Amino acid sequence: MTWLALSWEYVLELTRDHLLLSVPAVLLSVLIAVPIGRLANRRRVLGGLVTGAATLMYAIPALPLLIIIPAVFGFPLRSSATVVTALTVYGVALLVRTAADAFGSVDAEVRDAALAVGHSPRSVFWHVDLPLAIPVLLSGTRVVAVSTVSLVTIGALIGVPGLGSLLTDGFQRGITEEVAVGVVATIVVALVLDGLLLAAGRALTPWARTPRRSAKTAGGAR
Amino acid sequence: MIEFESVSKTYPDGTVAVEEFSLVVPSHRSVVLVGSSGSGKSTLLQMVNRMVEPTGGRVAIDGEDVAGRDAVGLRRSIGYVLQHGGLLPHRTVLDNIATVPVLNGTRRRRARTEAAGLLERVGLDPSLGRRYPSQLSGGQQQRVGVARALASDPNILLMDEPFGAVDPIVRRELQDELARLQADLGKTIIFVTHDVDEALRLGDEVVVLRRHGVIAQRGTPAEILASPADDFVRDFVGADREERRLTVRKVDGRDVAVDGTGRPVGVLHP
Ligand SMILES: Nc1ncnc2c1ncn2[C@@H]1O[C@H](COP(=O)(O)OP(=O)(O)O)[C@@H](O)[C@H]1O
Ligand SMILES: [Mg+2]
Repeated sequence: MTWLALSWEYVLELTRDHLLLSVPAVLLSVLIAVPIGRLANRRRVLGGLVTGAATLMYAIPALPLLIIIPAVFGFPLRSSATVVTALTVYGVALLVRTAADAFGSVDAEVRDAALAVGHSPRSVFWHVDLPLAIPVLLSGTRVVAVSTVSLVTIGALIGVPGLGSLLTDGFQRGITEEVAVGVVATIVVALVLDGLLLAAGRALTPWARTPRRSAKTAGGAR
Repeated sequence: MIEFESVSKTYPDGTVAVEEFSLVVPSHRSVVLVGSSGSGKSTLLQMVNRMVEPTGGRVAIDGEDVAGRDAVGLRRSIGYVLQHGGLLPHRTVLDNIATVPVLNGTRRRRARTEAAGLLERVGLDPSLGRRYPSQLSGGQQQRVGVARALASDPNILLMDEPFGAVDPIVRRELQDELARLQADLGKTIIFVTHDVDEALRLGDEVVVLRRHGVIAQRGTPAEILASPADDFVRDFVGADREERRLTVRKVDGRDVAVDGTGRPVGVLHP
C-alpha cells in the first residue's frame, strides 16, 4: 500500500486523463455507428457491405493503427486525438452491427402505424425508430464503453497518459503494486461507466420499466 | 365523399390484391367492406390515405384525386384505426391520442388536455392517460386507437378490423360504443372487417367482397340479408344459418320470434 499512499493524486490525475480519452471515443462511436446502422438496416446489400467492412476494422492491430491515424488525419503521433480516433475506429467496428440490429428490432407494424397516422418519414426516425432502438443500442454501447476503457491503456504505448501509464511504468520499474493499481482502477472505471450507461438507459426508456398487464386480466374494457 | 374509380393494385411481387374496384362512399355515412382474409380490404383502405398507391384507377376525396395531395398532410386529415391499435408503445396513452394535434403544431399541454376529454368520450377513465399502451387491456387499447383517430376531428375515419383482436364480449361493447359515437359525430367511415355480424351491425351500407376486391353485393344490411345476390353472398352472410331464419310463434297472445333451432330471440312489437 506504500506506493498508492504516495501516489494517489497521480492515480486520480491518470483516471481523469483516462476518462477524457474514453468518454469522447464512446460518444463518437455512437454518433458514427448509429447512422451507419440505420443505413444498413434500410438498404440490405449496401448495409451488408458496410457493416462487414466496419466489423473488419476491429481486426486491425492497435500499434499499426496508432501509426496510420496520424499519417491519415495529420494529428501529432503522441496526441490524445490519435488515441481517441483509434478507439473510435474500434468502437464503431463493435457497434455498427448492433446498431443495425437495434433498428431491425423496431416493430415494422408500429413504424407503419406511425406513418399512417401522419408522422413524416423524418419524424418516424426521431420519434419512433430511435427511441424504440434505445434498448438494443444501449446494450451495444455498454460493450463499447467497457472495451474502450480497457483499450485506452494502449495509449501509454505511444506515451499518451492514462491508467495504462501505470502498467507500462510499473512493468519497467518492477513495481507490482503500481501495475495492480492500474488494473484495478481500469476495471473500476469500466464498471462505473457501465453503471452510468445502465442508469441512463433506464431513464431514457420509462415505458420499458412499467409492469405489463398480465394476459389474464387483459380484455375488460374498463 | 370518397370515390374509388376502377382502382387496381398489383404488388411489386406480382400479387394481385385489387382489380377494377369502384365504389362511392357518401359523406357522413358508414360503409363496411366485408370479405374473407386476403380479399383486398386493407389494400383498398390504405389507398385512401396513400399508404398504398394504386397501380390503376384513382381514389378521390370530395372530387380531388388523393394522388395530388401531400401524403403526410392527407394522413393527418384522416382518422385511422388499426387492428392491433397501432399505438406507439413508448408514448403514454395521452401522448398517443395527442399525436396528430401535436404534429400539427398544437401545444403539447393543450393537446393533452383535449386528449383527456377524448378518453372520456370513448368510455375510458382519464386516469389511464398516464399509462403506457402495454398496461392496458386489448379492448382499452382499441378505444385509445379510436380516440387518437378522433383527436384532430377528421371528416373521414378508416378502420381496419379495429375490433378483430378482442374477445367477443368486449367486441360487442366496442361496436355499440362506435355506433353511439357515429350517431353523434356523423363521420364518413370506411370500416373493414371479416366478421359479417359486425358488418351488419355497423354499416349504413355493406359491401361484400370476393377475391381481388371484386364486389359480390352491396346494399343496406337488411337488403343483403333479405336477398343475397348469389350463393357466394348467401353462404358468406350465413343467410341459411339457423340463427338467421326467424319464424313467428304465438305465445300468450303475443308474437314471439323464434330462430331456426326453435330458440326464442325476441318479441314482435306491433
Ligand atoms: N405489401 C404487400 N406485398 C405483396 N402482397 C401483398 C402486400 N400486402 C398485401 N398483399 C397481398 O394482397 C392480397 C390482399 O391483401 P389485403 O389487402 O391485406 O387483404 P385483406 O385485408 O382483405 O386481408 C393478399 O393476397 C395479400 O397477401
Ligand atoms: Mg387486412
